[in-house]
Formats: sequence, C-alpha cells, structure tokens
Amino acid sequence: MRYAEAGYNLEIDLSRGNIERVETDPKLTELFLGGQGVNAKIIWDRVGPEVKPFDEGNLLIFGAGLLHGTPVIGCNRTSVNTINPMTGIFGHSTMGGFFGPEIKHAGYDRIIISGKAPKLVYLWIKNDKVEIRDASHLKGKTVRETTRLIKEELNEPFAQVACIGPAGENKVFTASLEHNWNSAARGPGPIMGDKMIKAIAVRGTKDINIAHPQELFELCLKMKKEMYESDGCGDWMAVDEDDSFHHNNFSWGNSRTRIKNYWSEELQKRWTNWKYDHMDRQMGCYNCPKGCINVISWPGHPRFGYKCYGKDTYHMAAFKELDYSYELLGYCQDYGLDSYSTPQTLALGIELYEAGILTDKDMPNFPTDSGDRIKYLVEKVVHREGIGDILANGSWHAARQIGNGAEAFEHNTVKKMEQLPIKLGKLNPAYYLMIATGEKMAITQIEGSFPQDPIRDLDERQKFVDRWDAVPSEIFKDIFMRWEKRNEMSVEDTCLVTDWNEAMHYVDDSTGLCGFVSSFRGQFGGKTAFSFNNVPQIISLATGMDMDKDKLWEICRRNRTLIRAINNRLGIRRVDDDPPKDHWAVRDPELEAKMLDGYYDLRGFTKDGIPTKEELYKQGLDYVADELIQRGILDPNEGTPSQEKAKLEDQKSGGC
Amino acid sequence: MAETVKKIVKTIKVDLDKCNGCRGCEMACSAYHATPKYSSMNPARSRIRVIMDPFNDEFVPIRATDYTKAGCDGRRVYTIRGKEYSECSFCGTICPTRDLFFDPDSGLPLKCDLCEDEKVPLCVQACPQGCLTYVELEEEVEEEVKTSEMELGLKSLVDKYGVRKLQDSFARIAKKG
Repeated sequence: MRYAEAGYNLEIDLSRGNIERVETDPKLTELFLGGQGVNAKIIWDRVGPEVKPFDEGNLLIFGAGLLHGTPVIGCNRTSVNTINPMTGIFGHSTMGGFFGPEIKHAGYDRIIISGKAPKLVYLWIKNDKVEIRDASHLKGKTVRETTRLIKEELNEPFAQVACIGPAGENKVFTASLEHNWNSAARGPGPIMGDKMIKAIAVRGTKDINIAHPQELFELCLKMKKEMYESDGCGDWMAVDEDDSFHHNNFSWGNSRTRIKNYWSEELQKRWTNWKYDHMDRQMGCYNCPKGCINVISWPGHPRFGYKCYGKDTYHMAAFKELDYSYELLGYCQDYGLDSYSTPQTLALGIELYEAGILTDKDMPNFPTDSGDRIKYLVEKVVHREGIGDILANGSWHAARQIGNGAEAFEHNTVKKMEQLPIKLGKLNPAYYLMIATGEKMAITQIEGSFPQDPIRDLDERQKFVDRWDAVPSEIFKDIFMRWEKRNEMSVEDTCLVTDWNEAMHYVDDSTGLCGFVSSFRGQFGGKTAFSFNNVPQIISLATGMDMDKDKLWEICRRNRTLIRAINNRLGIRRVDDDPPKDHWAVRDPELEAKMLDGYYDLRGFTKDGIPTKEELYKQGLDYVADELIQRGILDPNEGTPSQEKAKLEDQKSGGC
Repeated sequence: MAETVKKIVKTIKVDLDKCNGCRGCEMACSAYHATPKYSSMNPARSRIRVIMDPFNDEFVPIRATDYTKAGCDGRRVYTIRGKEYSECSFCGTICPTRDLFFDPDSGLPLKCDLCEDEKVPLCVQACPQGCLTYVELEEEVEEEVKTSEMELGLKSLVDKYGVRKLQDSFARIAKKG
C-alpha cells in the first residue's frame, strides 16, 4: 500500500481515445515528490523541443500534490502543467479549490492528457470509470453554465469540474482554466481549447491512507485552529481594506502611470462599503479554514469570486474605480480570462490606438471612454474577432504582429509574458534575480519568504528576527540584520535570499500546499503555518518517507534544475533572464551581471544559464545532462562562472 | 409506548453564514470512522456532507440522520432570501432518492453517531470557523432504542433482499463457521 499517494496515473490520449491506468514508480516520489515536480519529469521525458505547444505531442498534466487528500491543512493547489503557447516554455500554473484532492480520491496522482480530440469533448472520471464524452452542446458556453450542465447531466452534484470558457475554446493565450472561483492561468486554458477538451469532471470515493495516522491527524487538527485564528495565514488582502499598496505603487493603464497619492480615507470607506454591502461570503479551499476568496454579487451583473490583487487589474487598466472591476469580473471569469495578463494586453491596445498605430480600421466604432474600450476589447479578444485575434496572443506577440512601431509600446514582459505592473526607482537586488531568472512568469510565485524591504529601526529589526518562525537557518537572520538599504545587499546574500524564496515555492508546488499559508507568508515574520521547519516532518508522517530539511531542500533544487533544463532545451539562455528595461529607473548593468553570475554559481549553472554536467550528475539528473550535451546545448567541460574563472586564472599562472 | 425520560440531547447546530466550504468536516468524519482511527480519509464515507454550489453561493452541511428504505413524498426545494437551494439541501435522511450517506464500497447506510467516544464530534473540532457547534440540551424525550451501526446495516440489507434471503444466507454462513 502507498501512503498519501494513489499510486496510479491516468493517461488519456484524446487522438486515439485511449484510456489507461498506469502504476507509478515510487522512486519518482522520492526524487520529485509530486505535483509540479513529477509533472516536470514527465514533460522532460515526453515533450521534446520539437513539439510545439499546439502539437498533439504536447501534454497537459493535472498533478495532485503529494499531500492532497491527507489531513494537512490548506493543501489543495493543483499543478496544471504544459508547454505554454505564450512563452513557448514550461507553463507554471496552479489552482486552489478541490480538484487535486478529488483526483486523489478517484485513485490517481495525476491526469496526463495527450493528443487532440476530433471534436469538442469532456472527460468524466468516477474512480475506475473514465469516459470521453461529447461536449458539442457545451460549445461557447460560459464557465458557470458548463459546470452546471455537466453536473446536471451526470446527476453528480459532488463532482468537481474544471473547464474553460469561450476564451479557452478560442485558444486565447491569456485564457485560464476555471474551477469554481479558482483559476489556473499561464497555459492550460488555450491548451485545453487546442486539445478540444472543454472540461474535466471528477468524482472519487476511494481512501487515501496515512503512514502515521494518529500523529498527523492530531497535529493537523491543532494547526487548523491556530491557522484560523492567526493573521499570519491566508490572504490578508481579503480582510485588510487598505489597498493603498497596489493603487499607489503599481502602474495604471499599460503599466505606465503611477499615481502616488491615489489612496485616500474617503476612497477606502466608499470601496469598503461597496465590498461588504455586496459580499456573499469569503470562501475557502479544501480543508483550509481561511476565506481568501471574496464572493461578490454586484447588482445586475454575474456573481464572481476574487482573490488577492485580482480585483484591481481591470479598473487599473481602465483608470476607473473598484465598481468598474465589480461590473466586469463576473463576465471575465465566465469567459475564462486571466485577470493578470489580459487587462495589460487590452491597455496596450488602447495605447496603440491613441498613438495612431491602431486605427478605426482595426477597431471600428471604438468607444471614447476607457472603461468602454476595455469592455469592447474583452469581447473582441474572447472571440478572436478583428484586432482581438491579435491581442489574444498577449502583449509581446501582439506588439510584434502589429509592428509599425508597436514593439516600443510593449515594455512589461519577461520571456514574452506580462509581469506585475511595477515600476520603481532603485533596484532591489533579490527582486532583480527573481524577476530575471524566474520561469514561473509571476513574481508572486517566486517571492515571499524573505521580506521585501529592510526594517530601518534596529530594535524593530531585532524583534522581527527574534520572532521569525519560518527561517530555515540562522544565516537569513544575519542577512536581514545587516540589510540597511533596500538597494544594498551583497551578491552572496542576494543569491541566498533568492534560493530560499524559490525553494519554498517548490515545496508548495510539489506537495500542493497553498502559498498563502506557506511560501508567501515567511516575509511577514512571526509564525508561518508551513516552512522548512515543519514540512519535512509532515511529509514523513503522511508518506512514511524518511525526510528532513536537507533532503527536502535537495528535492526543491532538483525540481528547479529540471524545469530550467526543460526550458534550456526550448531555447532559454542567459539573454532571456532579463527583467523589463523600465522596471527600475536606476540600473547597474555591471552589478546585474555579477548577480546573475552569482546566482548561476549557486545553482550550478554555466555562464549561459544552463545546469552544468557536474551539477546534473550530482542531482541524479545524468540523463538530462547527457541529452543536453547530445543536443549541443551543454558543453560537458564547462563549469559555473566561478569555476571557469578559476580555470582561467590557473592557466594564466601557468598551472602547476 | 416508550417511556418519557429526562435526558441530555446532543446535537450539532449549523450556522450557514459561517461555512467557508472547506469540507474539513467531511475529511475529519471519514478519518475518525476509519479503522484504525485516522488511518484513511475519504469524504465519500463521511456522515456529514456539505451540499455545495459555489456559483449559487450555496453551502449547507448536513448530517446523516435516519435511514429509510423509501424516498419521501416530495423533493423539496427552498428559496431563502431569493436564493434557491438545491433539492433536499436541508434533509439528512439516508434514503434511496440520492447517492448520499451510503458507504461507497458496501452500499450500506452511514449514520452520524456524534462520535460517541469524543467529548465533541470530530466535524465540530475540525470547524474552527464556527459553522458547526456542538450543543447539549436537557430535554424530556421519549426513550428510544438506539440502533447500532451493524443493526442499521442489517436493516438496509433486509430492505434490499428481504428477510427470507438474508436468513438463508446468514444460516449458510453460520454453518460454514
């Protein structure tokens, strides 16, 4: 018997209609845990660089986290991985809710979808019974209708449904996959559309077994209460109505305009009333006591559930107030649109129109009001009509397709994907590295354990450090204690901070834990529910595996390296590790180069950002090294930047 | 006629507004009733289920109460403050009308026993949100004969196959030892 795991993958080939239940290799769990970790291994093995995102060979993998279905609190995020058509690289995508745990209870650790269906279908998975069903009657249906119709026709109110809306069907690059009020952005939406799969409905009635039941259960019950009561858990933005942070610091429109004193007391009061006068509930995800999803019924418009900064993006793109987002969000969620990338692309469209690069020919009857303009473009993009067919590909691709100088207006992407609209003065070293090297395409999926800013007052700083629960080692306390100015941190410290931030997210992505109780919360100090100090023990209790901090760190490093190698194979190099030019007003190319070298040293990458043979062999990824060498991507003799420097100096001194 | 006696009536109060839909109650219930205790979780085996439709903002935890072999005379749909709740949302009866509160493997009914060995039922312990609260009331009630889980299972088998068939099977099994 396998503990915490189901022990089987569900393989579905849509081209041939073939369905198989395949036993998994426990060794993979030891090496990559689960969730995104194992998904990445499968993509490395089976999706070579010859496979384009919209080829039949691209896979779409729904990976349940290693700890899904166990009593571990706040463990419910499903990793949905594929090659993302917008970036052309590994798509990092996760969603909360109930989907992963349900997959587990149906008897699978992941669903691996390949091929393309000849016509629109949906999957119905009830334990061992798996059907590919006709979905022609669901064509063009919204997320809400699709979910309701599927549950009704199956007569399964307890089924969990994940589906795409019209945007996904039309392969809009900024489309997301939706599950209740949860979404998986950055790839799965358009890939579902391309594979002609409208939805997946799952119901599971099987047991998940636990290695050390009593201990784990009692621990979790205690944690649930603590987490409910703690403000160190969950999304504080769901309860803190002071949202000056985003509105004063983030840029409006096409990540262009910063309004430093936008927020006011009067505004906060008005917006708070709008929210609480129309809020139905704050909903949680599977087995989590927090309510991070604000469910709002705005009169005359469809109900919606938003998380985090998702309520701001549309009105900030349109230079409007919160009520504008409230009007729009229900429709956009029903269409299945990602609220991060989409508004930025639409704002780019508006800018190009104002600049005369796009004209009335491209946008007939384009309204004059910025709010109406966004609405106009939403409709165009979702249905890929006219200019919408181009904007649907996201800012980077759209600007290049439009040409005629449009490229210069596209200024906020990394690796072809929109970033948070932040434009700052001086460089924050760790943020430079995270934005540059990150392949998760959203800083929120990389940052979070180490504070974003230093604490000026020494006593306060000491107090923070004394009560800082999440630190995996004393080194980070020292780094924080000597951090005086935001833009001044040694290269070495910067690399270590980046390493910790990244590692904790890799813990979440493989176990299924939510960042809001884990990787995103260490930065606030105090007690964080999950950290390197307790996750190893929890993994041991649930799975029976022998786990400690070092082993877990090693797994995270391996997962990170493997994803880098997948992306290297798809063409990613040092030159792509490049934040938006205007992210910071003051740049220091020399320091930035040093930081990149330092990071590559720490990760065991070559100067061009490719894992070295030595590093790959050390991590048991020898087959990865061999393939990279065979493909001429990796020079087997090349070491990390500092190793190469040492070699050079050795040669200079004549060597002896 | 049963005697009327004074006794403590235990129940679980439900505050629908406080449910965040986490279904921790289901997980905890299934774990508590697993053998050995807490060794496995499976909401499908839970004796409390959250009837849930997030798009309609419907969240109703219901507990498995009485077993009956027949469905009732009408399926009930309630509208409260303009919100229509799905069929049988507020009913805890274990009946053949719906696929709820039957063990997924054996098909036998699963009834809430308020976690007899615990001071407070596990679902309540797993609900710090306060949607579920445990209450004990002193009331004059008719003394009832408590049906054990095995008896309940037997009863459902009788309903399904008839006394005669069950008797024969039982006799045959008993003979085999």
